[in-house]
Amino acid sequence: MRTCLIVDDSRVIRKVARRILEDLGFDVAEAADGAEALAWCRTTMPDVVLLDWNMPVMNGLEFLRGLRMEPGGKAPKVIFCTVENEVSAIREALESGADEYIMKPFDSEIVAAKFALAGLA
Amino acid sequence: MKPEDRDLVAQLCAARSGQKVDPAKDYLLETRLGPVARREGFDSISDLMTGLRTRREDRLIWAIVEAMAAGDTSFFRDQSAFDHFRNVLAPELADRRRDQPIRIWSAACGTGQEIHSLAMLVDDMAGQWPDARFELFGSDLSERALEKAQSGLYTQFEVQRGLPIRSLVRHFEKIDDMWVISPQLRQAIRWRRLNLIGDMSRVRGFDLIFCRNVIGAMIEPAQRQVVENLAAALNPGGMVLFGADEDPVAGAEPLSPAEGVAGLYALRNADRAAA
Repeated sequence: MRTCLIVDDSRVIRKVARRILEDLGFDVAEAADGAEALAWCRTTMPDVVLLDWNMPVMNGLEFLRGLRMEPGGKAPKVIFCTVENEVSAIREALESGADEYIMKPFDSEIVAAKFALAGLA
Repeated sequence: MKPEDRDLVAQLCAARSGQKVDPAKDYLLETRLGPVARREGFDSISDLMTGLRTRREDRLIWAIVEAMAAGDTSFFRDQSAFDHFRNVLAPELADRRRDQPIRIWSAACGTGQEIHSLAMLVDDMAGQWPDARFELFGSDLSERALEKAQSGLYTQFEVQRGLPIRSLVRHFEKIDDMWVISPQLRQAIRWRRLNLIGDMSRVRGFDLIFCRNVIGAMIEPAQRQVVENLAAALNPGGMVLFGADEDPVAGAEPLSPAEGVAGLYALRNADRAAA
């Protein structure tokens, strides 16, 4: 089973996303910030990361840049899931190595569509 | 809704647009007709239907028929169709029609996601065939849908259904909470209100027609009419792409299934379209 790491400081968002991703057939793990997520990836590299942007300790963009420099860190698909919806932010995420981008609020249909676009259908 | 009101809506849709409406689907009828009643100043769907019977206004009839015809849509809906267009059909057309425009028509374009998806693909491929000139057309039965299509303005929810994020940032601008497709792509498409079971004798000269998820929701005489009309609108060698599970009247003339992607049909006799 493919693993998805949900990285978001909101417990509610993690809970909602977990339900959607489990329905899509993923084994789900959770982290509350970028630093926790990076530590998790150093132990077990997930297949995909669903990533919030604004988080304490280490934000999503810092995590993504760090992840891509780790051994094997280019392999996971990274899908941002954030309230940051300006074009400049989206471009910055893509240039830093994001594969897809979800603008909150989201629902199961959007998550499924975006995972399909990232080749994770 | 009263049974006689549901039957009347079904009769009007069949007569005006060829659409098959199941009078038993009370929920669907009420979902679609509620906004029409509010827009037209009626207190309820029941009042709308009474007004329709009393006034018999053509405008009101069309408002109801158009509301019932609205379908679900999204950017790059059924990705395999667009992959086949990009990888096979577009290169073939670019090669075959070097000195003439390649004319592509989204025959029931609704709110424009299909034809805008094609416009994005064509723009992305422009460098591959510098001499190829694509002409894009969008038509729909619904004036309201066409207005939205022409505006190129979509909600955040709409642009997140099927549209890759790189296409969004390449081809759209953000305006407040909405996204608008670039003026260059919007202006590359010609729009027209068109009833596919109406007189289409002046609609001619297309190389590829997208008519997906339309005939499956039509009564059989209307299906035949649409297939005849689309076939007559094709250039020799032209093709029609129906929905993947739609059968344009069981292999009858004038179209026959083509290879490559489900729902693709070609003129059975290429000479026919020259008429």
